[in-house]
Amino acid sequence: MSHDPGYNFAYLDEGTKRMIRRTLLKAVAIPGHQVPFGAREMPLPYGWGTGGIQVTASILGRDDTLKVIDQGADDTTNAVSIRRFFARVAGVRTTTRTAEATVIQTRHRIPEAPLREGQVIVYQVPMPEPLFRLEPRLAETRRMHALADYGLMHVKLYEDIARHGHVSTAYNYPVMVGGRYLMSPSPIPAFDNPKMDHMPALQLFGAGREKKIYAVPPYTSVRSLDFEDHPFRPHRADGTCAFCGARDSYLDEVVCDDQGSRMFICSDTDYCESRWEPEQ
Amino acid sequence: MMRPGFHDPVPEAQGCFRAMLDAMSRPGRVHTLDVALDAPPPLAPATAAVLLTLADAETSLHLMPDGAAAGDWVRFHCGSAPASLPEASFVLSLGIHPPLSALRQGSEEAPEQGATLICQVRSLTEGEGWRLAGPGIRDFHHLRVEGLAADFLQQWAAQRPAFPRGVDIILCAGRQLAALPRTVTIEEG
Amino acid sequence: MAYVAVKGGEAAIANAHGWMAERRRGDPEVPALSTRQVEEQLGLAVDRVMAEGACHDRGLAALAIKQAQGDLIEAAFLLRAYRTTLPRFGHAAPLDTGAMRVQRRISAVFKDLPGGQLLGPTLDYTHRLLDFALAAEKEAPPEPAAEIPGDAAGRLPRVADFLVREGLMRREADSGQEPPDLTRDPPDFPASRAARLQNLARGDEGFLLSLGYSTQRGYGNNHPFVGEIRQGKVAVRFTPPELGFEIEIGAITVTECEMVNQFQGSKSEPAQFTSGYGLVLGRGERKAMSMALVDRALKAGELGEDRTAPAQDEEFVLMHSDNIEATGFVEHLKLPHYVDFQSELEVIRRMRSTAGTSATGSEA
Ligand SMILES: [Zn+2]
Repeated sequence: MSHDPGYNFAYLDEGTKRMIRRTLLKAVAIPGHQVPFGAREMPLPYGWGTGGIQVTASILGRDDTLKVIDQGADDTTNAVSIRRFFARVAGVRTTTRTAEATVIQTRHRIPEAPLREGQVIVYQVPMPEPLFRLEPRLAETRRMHALADYGLMHVKLYEDIARHGHVSTAYNYPVMVGGRYLMSPSPIPAFDNPKMDHMPALQLFGAGREKKIYAVPPYTSVRSLDFEDHPFRPHRADGTCAFCGARDSYLDEVVCDDQGSRMFICSDTDYCESRWEPEQ
Repeated sequence: MMRPGFHDPVPEAQGCFRAMLDAMSRPGRVHTLDVALDAPPPLAPATAAVLLTLADAETSLHLMPDGAAAGDWVRFHCGSAPASLPEASFVLSLGIHPPLSALRQGSEEAPEQGATLICQVRSLTEGEGWRLAGPGIRDFHHLRVEGLAADFLQQWAAQRPAFPRGVDIILCAGRQLAALPRTVTIEEG
Repeated sequence: MAYVAVKGGEAAIANAHGWMAERRRGDPEVPALSTRQVEEQLGLAVDRVMAEGACHDRGLAALAIKQAQGDLIEAAFLLRAYRTTLPRFGHAAPLDTGAMRVQRRISAVFKDLPGGQLLGPTLDYTHRLLDFALAAEKEAPPEPAAEIPGDAAGRLPRVADFLVREGLMRREADSGQEPPDLTRDPPDFPASRAARLQNLARGDEGFLLSLGYSTQRGYGNNHPFVGEIRQGKVAVRFTPPELGFEIEIGAITVTECEMVNQFQGSKSEPAQFTSGYGLVLGRGERKAMSMALVDRALKAGELGEDRTAPAQDEEFVLMHSDNIEATGFVEHLKLPHYVDFQSELEVIRRMRSTAGTSATGSEA
C-alpha cells in the first residue's frame, strides 16, 4: 500500500518530525516528566487525538502495523477516522489484532492482551497535568513537579477516603513513575493502571492542545497513588461478558430496552473476538 | 566534493530514529543501522545518521575539535547553530568526550534541556562488560564500550544525584548505536 | 442488537460527510456561491478568518468560509491547519505602521492632530436599519474615492508619540530580545510581551471583546481612551538570504489601535499615561480595540497594580484565547466517553452502597 503523494509520508514535514523525535528521546530519558513541544495544528480538531497523532506520525515507518482504538474498540468512529488518516497519509498496514500491531494508538483504554517488547503504545492525552484539578496554573504545577511536591494530591485522595471510604477517582487515576514524577495515565479506567507497571512495551503520551509529550520506558515502575491502610484497588463492573463470557476484562454496560435492562460486553473488542472466534 | 546525506531521507531518518528510540528505551541494547551512508571520515556511519536524524537549524550543536574534519559536512547537512559547550543542546565528540559536568544540565523545572552527547566510540558490545540497571531494563543489561574517558563511570555516577537534571548519551561505533539515558545506573561488570 | 450500533463506523462517517456536503450546497436551484463573491462581498468575515486563522490570504480565507458554510471558527481552523503545512522562508521585518497608507485614522483624545482625522469606511454613524434594497439585490452605490493623507514621506505621527515626548506617557522600550514564535515554542509563564501580543492577535474576537468589556465594568478597570485607531495598507519587507538586502514583497491591510490609559502611579511607577496595543490582520477594529484593552490589563503586574481581575491574569487569558483550541476541546466531549463513564458508574454505586451500609450501622 502506498501513501497519498499529496502529503509527506505520515503527513508531518520532516522538520516537525525531527522536533517531535528530539522531544520523545528526552521524554523517554526522564520517565513521567512532561516535555513541552511545538505541537502543530493538525487536520483534526484539538482534543480529538492531535497529540497522539503527532507522536504516531513521528515514529511510524513503512514496516509498521498500526492499530487504533477508542474506548477499547477498533470500530468506534474516532478510531476509524484516525486509522483511515494513517492508511491514507502513510500507507501503513493496519490491524485490529493487538498481537499483530507494532504501534497501537489508543484513547481511554489499554488492551487486555499483555503488550510485548517491540510494541509501542501511544496514548491520546487531553489534560497531561495530573494536578490540574487542584492547581490549574502551569507556572505553579511546573514548580511542584520540580520539587516533587505532591502533597496536595495525597491530601485530596485522603479527603476522599475520609468522606467516602475510598478514593472517588475512577479514571485518569494519578500514578507515580519511577518513584519520581506524578503522571496522568490519560483518562483510562483505574482498572487499566496496573497494566502500565513494568510493561514490556514502550508507552508514549501525546497532548497536542496542551503541547506536552511524556513517556514511560519498558520495565519501569508505575504505581497508582495510595495509602498503606487504603491500598489501590482496580475496579470493574461485577459481571460477565455476554458475548465471550470473560470475567476478567473491563466491561461496557449496555442498556438493552426501555425497561433499563442491562448487559455487559467487553470494552476491548479484539480481546472479545479472540475469545469466541476459535469456537465458530 | 561534499559527500551526500541520506539517500532516501524520509525512511532512513525514520529507521534511524526508531533504533535510537529503542536504544534510549532499553539502555545498553545495541542496534545496527541499515543505512547506506557515505559519511566523511572520521564520522562513522551511525554517528552521521544520528546527526542527520536529530540535528537541524532549530537545534544548537557544539562540535568538539576532534570532529573538525567533518565540520563542513555537519554544517551543510544539519545547519545547526553553533553553540558553546555549556549551552549546546547537542554535543558531538569523536575522540575523548568532554567531562559530562561541562555540558548543559537543564533545570529542575526543565530537565529536558539537559544536553545530548553524541559520542563516537571504538566499539560497542552487548552482553558483556558493564552491568546496567534502571528504567527500560527488566533485570540487567550488559554493555562493553571501548573508547570512553578513563573516569567515565565516576562522571556518570556523579550526575546521578542531580536527577532529573543531567546529560543523555548516544553512543555510536561503525554502524552500531546504543544509548545511556540519565536514569541508568552503571556498575563495573 | 446493542453491540451492532457501534459497528459500521466507516459507513456512518461516509454518510455523515455526504449529508454535510449536501447541506453545504443547499438548494441546487440557487446558483453556487463563488469564492470571489465571498472575498468581495463578505470582506469582514474574510478578515476575521485571516486574523484568527493567522494566515493572510484572502482567497483561501474565502474558500474556508465557503467550505465551512459560514462557520467562521471552523473556517479559521481550516486555514490554520493549512498554514502549518507551508514551508517557512524566514521572518519578515517588523511592520512599520507609521508608514501605513491609511484609509481610516481617528483619535478620540485630540480634536485635531497632525495628519488629521480621517473617518474612512466605517459603520460608526450608520443607523442600524435593515436595508431591504439589498434583499432586492440592487446594485451597491459606488464607493467614494479614498483621500490619502500623510506628509510627503507618507508618515503619520502617532498620538502616543506626542505624549511620550512630553514625558506624560510611559515609553515602551524594545527589550532587544528575539521575539518567541508561539507556533513553534510552547507557552511559558510569565510570558514576554511579544508572546502575549502574538497570542492576542490570533485570539478569538468574542473572547477578547468580553474580557475588554469586563475591564470597563470594573474588573481591572484601566481608564482607557482611544489614543488612535488606524487602518490601511502596510508594506511587508523581507530579506531573502540569497539577496542579502531587504525587498518589499507586498502590502497587507491591518488595523492598529493604541489605547491611552490614565494611571495614578504605584509604588514602582509615577503617575502618567500608559498604553495598550492592538494589531489585527485586515479590518478588525472591534478586535484591535479589545486587544488593546486586554494588553493594558495584562500590564498590571509590571506596573505594580494588584492583579485581581480575569483580564489581568496572564495565564488565564493566554491559555484560553485561542478559539481553535477551545472549540476542539469543548466539542471533544461529543466523542464516546463510555469507558470513563462506566468507571464513574461503579464508583457512584460503590459510594451509595457504602453510605447505605454505614447508615444502618452495619459497617464501622
Ligand atoms: Zn467479551
